[in-house]
Amino acid sequence: MAETTVNASTQETKRINPQIENMKTMWRKLKTNRIAMAGGILILFFIVVSIIGPYFTSLDPNAPDVSSRLQGPSSEHWFGTDHHGRDIFTRIIHGMSITLYIGFSSVAIGMVVGVLIGIIAGYYGKRTDAILMRIMDVFLAFPGILLALGIVAVLGGSINNVIIAIAIFSIPVFARIVRGSTLAVRKLEYIDAVRALGASDFRIIFRHILPNILSPIIVQATLRIATAVLTASGLSFLGLGAQPPTPEWGAMLAAGRNYMWEHPHIALFPGLAIVAVVLAFNLFGDGVRDALDPKIKS
Amino acid sequence: MLVYTIRRLFQTIPVIIGVTLVVFFMMHLIPGDPAQIIAGERADEAQVEQMRDRLGLNDPYYVQYTRFVTDAAQGDLGNSVRSGRAVSSEIGARFWITVELAFYSTLLSIFIGLIAGIVSATRRNSFLDMFIMIFALFGLSMPNFWLGLMLIQYFALNFDWLPVSGWGSPQQLLLPVITLGTAGAAIIARMTRSSMLEVIHQDYIRTARAKGVKERYVIYKHALRNALIPVVTVVGLQFGVLLGGAVLTETVFAINGLGRFVVEAIRMRDFPIVQGSVLVLAMLFVFVNFLVDISYRVLNKRIELD
Repeated sequence: MAETTVNASTQETKRINPQIENMKTMWRKLKTNRIAMAGGILILFFIVVSIIGPYFTSLDPNAPDVSSRLQGPSSEHWFGTDHHGRDIFTRIIHGMSITLYIGFSSVAIGMVVGVLIGIIAGYYGKRTDAILMRIMDVFLAFPGILLALGIVAVLGGSINNVIIAIAIFSIPVFARIVRGSTLAVRKLEYIDAVRALGASDFRIIFRHILPNILSPIIVQATLRIATAVLTASGLSFLGLGAQPPTPEWGAMLAAGRNYMWEHPHIALFPGLAIVAVVLAFNLFGDGVRDALDPKIKS
Repeated sequence: MLVYTIRRLFQTIPVIIGVTLVVFFMMHLIPGDPAQIIAGERADEAQVEQMRDRLGLNDPYYVQYTRFVTDAAQGDLGNSVRSGRAVSSEIGARFWITVELAFYSTLLSIFIGLIAGIVSATRRNSFLDMFIMIFALFGLSMPNFWLGLMLIQYFALNFDWLPVSGWGSPQQLLLPVITLGTAGAAIIARMTRSSMLEVIHQDYIRTARAKGVKERYVIYKHALRNALIPVVTVVGLQFGVLLGGAVLTETVFAINGLGRFVVEAIRMRDFPIVQGSVLVLAMLFVFVNFLVDISYRVLNKRIELD
């Protein structure tokens, strides 16, 4: 008995910071995956553009210029101008930060809440598990963007409400995955060992279970951002998200709808921008999944 | 099998109760007074009070909820604020259009997804495989409403091959179904490919090949059947995504379905319509998931028995 205690405690001291240890191994695996790296570099590029891009564009994204309405792409207006004469390239650059902001923050909120629910359900099991997961099932029963749509209907259309809606609609996805992983990890011997050492539930959950189920969470988070960006642009396209004249890409597509048949560039470029960002996150997510979690399938 | 079906049916009960609760409280979470909203902004205090009484908003929540569920079970979802007509009759015809759209799109995505996935898996790492997978990645990353706009632009306007909008004739179906089905096809193709690749490396496939079974037979008889099991689950989930996506597709193609109706109702603040439509679509999805689970079980069983 004394011997096992000693063993367990030396193991404890050796892995002073399991989180950092885990991150390092993940990074090493990730670096060798070309798809993940390609996606990652694209994402970094988009983040940089969203931060410094607006300083490099000389035009105002929202100022109408009647004299240059509906012009096709040219050296002066790379992506042409819209029905108010605004430069579409400038608007897309300014819209980048909105898109990334919605994607990152909605998934971050959904992830934190979902992970907490999943880990509590998986760790405590029994009735806690049954009740929490039935609630998650209810949220999953709303097909696709319908739940987000319902939430926006209640809260009203705005960027922040879209974030709340997408966060809520991401919670059950994280909860399910985390619960499954927690169930698998909970039964392992080392958890029994730390429990025997007198670790609190809180400590076991955050120091010992969470670091070991990070991979599926990271994979899901990256893929989820892609979904979040698509959903947000869809809600804005329906007029239920970002409101004009905000240069949000979905809202740009909605505002330009009546002019796009004669001037296809109005619809082409904002759409391509959405595709590019979503594609980057999907690429990264695919690569991360292959590198970290070969067992998980799309 | 019957036992399983019944047990699975019982499992849907808490979900159905939960869904009705969420939809019921949707109405009460709206900032402001539902009676005021339904009576209209110009209604005076007496009219609002009368409306509150008529809707039973003065009753305790559990009484209101019980009434909501019993009414809904009998097909009474209240009346539209705008037209005054029964929500159920407003939803009726539009519901079938959305179901039709989602159904055809699911068929298309299964058809294309399966073929693409099988071709990709059997010619792994070939040029064709790469092409299909890149195509699938794009299909997955495209907003369906934008794809719809692009299809209208090129196939309906530039070449004048197909109608721009509407629903009914086969020509009118084509573009919306492609719009809605593309993402599903991409997901199913990727799923089929990875599932096939996993199966192909298993011992019994090697045994079949070693026995001299024809390659075509190995692929279709042995590998595909087993590979299809996880795909069935994806198809079920995908149907839900399609029901949601129909909202956007119907808006782009001006199809008079339930999805577009919901969006209009949200804009008009016609909450009984929103409530009723969301409830109906969620119930349909619960039902489809039930069917998928049953068929999943059947597929699994047949393979076990073989």
